[in-house]
Amino acid sequence: MKAKVVVMPKAAVLDPQGAAVREAMQHLGMGEVKNVRIGKYLEIDLERDGADVEARLHQLCRDLLSNPVIEDYQLVKE
Amino acid sequence: MKFAVIQFPGSNCDQDCLRAINGLDGLRAEYVWHKATSLAGFDAVVLPGGFAYGDYLRCGAIARFSPIMNEVVRAAKEGWLVLGTCNGFQVLCEAGLLPGALVRNRGLRFVCDMVRLRIEVPDSAFTHGCPQGTILRMPIAHGEGCYFADANTLRELNANGQVVMRYCDATGATSAESNPNGSIENIAGICNREGNVFGLMPHPDRACDSRLGSADGAGIFLSMAETILAGRAKAAA
Repeated sequence: MKAKVVVMPKAAVLDPQGAAVREAMQHLGMGEVKNVRIGKYLEIDLERDGADVEARLHQLCRDLLSNPVIEDYQLVKE
Repeated sequence: MKFAVIQFPGSNCDQDCLRAINGLDGLRAEYVWHKATSLAGFDAVVLPGGFAYGDYLRCGAIARFSPIMNEVVRAAKEGWLVLGTCNGFQVLCEAGLLPGALVRNRGLRFVCDMVRLRIEVPDSAFTHGCPQGTILRMPIAHGEGCYFADANTLRELNANGQVVMRYCDATGATSAESNPNGSIENIAGICNREGNVFGLMPHPDRACDSRLGSADGAGIFLSMAETILAGRAKAAA
């Protein structure tokens, strides 16, 4: 099975990378672009599923894969 | 007086810290590899700058789970003095020993410069001899040194006197121009509520010899030693 995790900076946290990409997109003629936020995407292959796998994944999303002070995450299991 | 300088894979200011501390009267420093599980025989801990674990995922995110960090957290809870400079500051935040986090510099650029820092507290375990308002000069070298804390945390930091130093200009003003990385409220260094854990983005380890531009950083290490000696004297009395 696979788990997919998306980690995004919280709205209150400055995202200068996103701002730089937004400006580049606008500069390249995409005037419609209002805002860009850049995060991380992780694909995790798991050997087997189990009753507590999702709970343990959530725990690691909070402890390791994201920093709850500055980031939010979304976990999807497939 | 023996300082433990923690070495993570990717630390690169470990040698600077060791040399700086060993160059000061009465102070000794030794390396402690990140896989070690004991701080026995040491009096204080320094987490040096660098790129622990390549800064993969986030700065300090993986380093905080190194075996020695259990001991560092335990020591911090027991009241040991723990100093984190640059990457060490990032590790302390990730480990939850200090509030907030350090994110990408506002200008996106890696900043390598000499900065001025205004001391914000009347006294602290790490700034004896530097009364409030003192301006220190130290180098910075980082890409992710923009300090962030949410509004509540920031309020607490200010109310509890945990903001130890802010980036300032030559007059001591904390202007936007003197903020090298976009840190919230020009914050350069903070301590925990108890005052025994201190993290800062500037490098006191690279400011311990006036021939290298500044010796202001020496005061941080000497202050730590003074605090530890005072604590011992108090315990003995």
